[in-house]
Amino acid sequence: MKRFYIIVILILISLISGCLDSTPDNATEELRISTTSSTCDTGILDLLNKEFENANNAKILTVCQGTGKAIATGEMGAADVVFVHAPASELTAVEKGSFINRTYVMYNYFVIIGPGNDPAGIRATENAPEALGMIAGKEQPFISRGDDSGTHNKEKAIWMAANITPSGTWYQSVGKGMGDTIMTADIREAYTLSDRGTYLAMKDKTKLVILFETDKEYLFNPYHVMAVNPEKFPDVKYDMSMKYINFLTSTEVQAIIRDYGKDKFDEPLFTPALI
Amino acid sequence: MAELFRICNLTKTFAGKDVLKNINLRIYRGEIFALIGPSGTGKTTFLRILNLFEKPTNGIFEFDGKPVNGTPLEKNRIRQRSSLLFQTPAVFNLSVFDNVAYGLKVRGFDKSTVEKKVKEALGIVGLSGMETQKARTLSGGEAQRMAFARAIVYGPEVLLLDEPTANLDPYNVAKIEELIRHIRDKCGTTIVIATHNLPQVKRIADRVGVLLEGKLIEVNSVGGIFTSPGDARSAAFLKGEMVY
Amino acid sequence: MGSFEFLLDGIVRAFELIVTLNPYILSITGVSIKVSGTATLLAAMTAIPLAFALSFVQFRGRHAVITLVNTGMGLPPVFVGLFVFVMLVPAGPLGFLNRIFTPEAMIIAQYILITPIITGITLSAIKAVPEPIIETVYTLGGREKDVVLTTLLEARFGVITAVLAGLGRALAEVGAILIVGGNIAYTGSVGGIGEGLSYTRTLTTAITSETSKGDISTSIALGIILIAIYLFVNVAAGFFRRQD
Repeated sequence: MKRFYIIVILILISLISGCLDSTPDNATEELRISTTSSTCDTGILDLLNKEFENANNAKILTVCQGTGKAIATGEMGAADVVFVHAPASELTAVEKGSFINRTYVMYNYFVIIGPGNDPAGIRATENAPEALGMIAGKEQPFISRGDDSGTHNKEKAIWMAANITPSGTWYQSVGKGMGDTIMTADIREAYTLSDRGTYLAMKDKTKLVILFETDKEYLFNPYHVMAVNPEKFPDVKYDMSMKYINFLTSTEVQAIIRDYGKDKFDEPLFTPALI
Repeated sequence: MAELFRICNLTKTFAGKDVLKNINLRIYRGEIFALIGPSGTGKTTFLRILNLFEKPTNGIFEFDGKPVNGTPLEKNRIRQRSSLLFQTPAVFNLSVFDNVAYGLKVRGFDKSTVEKKVKEALGIVGLSGMETQKARTLSGGEAQRMAFARAIVYGPEVLLLDEPTANLDPYNVAKIEELIRHIRDKCGTTIVIATHNLPQVKRIADRVGVLLEGKLIEVNSVGGIFTSPGDARSAAFLKGEMVY
Repeated sequence: MGSFEFLLDGIVRAFELIVTLNPYILSITGVSIKVSGTATLLAAMTAIPLAFALSFVQFRGRHAVITLVNTGMGLPPVFVGLFVFVMLVPAGPLGFLNRIFTPEAMIIAQYILITPIITGITLSAIKAVPEPIIETVYTLGGREKDVVLTTLLEARFGVITAVLAGLGRALAEVGAILIVGGNIAYTGSVGGIGEGLSYTRTLTTAITSETSKGDISTSIALGIILIAIYLFVNVAAGFFRRQD
């Protein structure tokens, strides 16, 4: 019987010791980025991060969330730098002193996507509030992110501009990331608001098409990067964050952003802010 | 002969009901004392009191000349010197060897002594060579013999047996009876056996106590009780109610 | 795309990824096993002694602890995730440990989730050890510590089943580790199968994120591995249950 226990104990010890070497190697410095699902799902961040890692002997840990959560994560000090797209929320957080050095990196436009036969007839509309107004008027299914992300905030702003409080069974909030939301809208043959980049990255996985994108005012989608304030959280890697911010705004990286997606989607997913 | 147990005016009550009433009994070293009576008459409770699993409600209970008051330390000290065998043995989910070795290991015997004594005990009960077998796979008779080996292996002064042959086939009954006599004759172990098997009593016991509805109505020698019972009720029990 | 074609494609691609030992998939599997294995190990080292203390030691608040254990058996993972998150976040009370979005944070969350489960199942395994076994320990001269040891021995298969149940639950869990681990993979893997390896990305959290990206074949590959591991754990649990 004793042998039985010795074996059990040996297995346990080997399990524990196997676990201790899981920490990443110490020579490289880690940078924690809290970001939005659109930068992750389009794959652009991955490309940029790899460049940064190679140039700076750093290891980047990316947490992909909705913008609301991404900002909250930074505000609680659980990230070093955040890369998001909800200007109003960003400014509030900067005013609170949670972040510093907010820097404009790139933009694209939101698009309203939906089934190709466009039952609400939004193709013919003039601006975004009018387009959503048609959907509401005809009570056509609309899927909302519902996760306080940049996209969700934008959607709410448009509803407000249209003077509509969406409610009813046609309006469904899923509380998930952009990819999930597109997949849900696809299954329900519903409309939804998406950033252009994520939609293009998922284009071959959905039947939904871009029905409205002409409104440059309402559908503008700028991305900013900002560093967590080191006065609030002394442990954050502020120097590394600044390096990352400068990296994103450098001419070379801006050029990468300009070209990203051209080969794969025949058009760029983002427009660099500085070139 | 020296007294091992002395019991005076012992009463045991469960939930307001007297299970044992006013028992007076002495059990002597080296004897085989049989406790007989119909089922549910308190025999098991009496044995459990002797092994300190139950505390008498009233009365005097002495072991080896000293009153027993039932502190955990004292319970252990008395149990170190005795052993209770249940009607259906509780078998540890271990090998036959580890089952029999249990009492020795608890007493801190060294490995070679344990091996020697277990081997000897298994030889006595006729289970030699079954050391590595899982005890749970033994037949009822084998399990009872293994339990017997487990109980005698550390040489207790007294062996308390609760209907040890009630569920066994004739071969195993004979075997257990032989073991009881053997252990008493060879080691001088005191045996208290509860049974309702009267032929068995005739075969092995020295003295007999008749327990009826919680009362010890007669204590007699085995010769005396079968030829001239001193109590009309024990006579009726011995003649009337048949056994097994 | 024809009907179900995507599913077939997904399964074919999944087997490709598994057979070629794709490093991304392998690293995710590794993180899953390490995190859940360590959490289970630590939980077992807490739960088993706790279950024995609750079974054998009478102390104040014992019933409160048992109630806590029973409640804890059904704790919603996302609640545990949220709790650990607010504790570990740098702005939170344990923020100085700097452990949010690390495998250690996931281990803590899973530890909290499964310790009550292992404790609860171990408690019933101990309760299932028959009383005569414990009385046999005493009658053979054993003390309280022998009772505890023997109970552990008798309940050993139940205890192992409890630990495996905890492991199964930990492996299948997604809500808590998604919140406290952040589903992080090193650069190179975001946006599909790449050369990047998992840091805090497990089979379950990866299935969530890969599905939301529409990468069904990777999800299916991860799902097949998850189910295979889960099946293995349950077959092992079944094996030990049959030993009893």
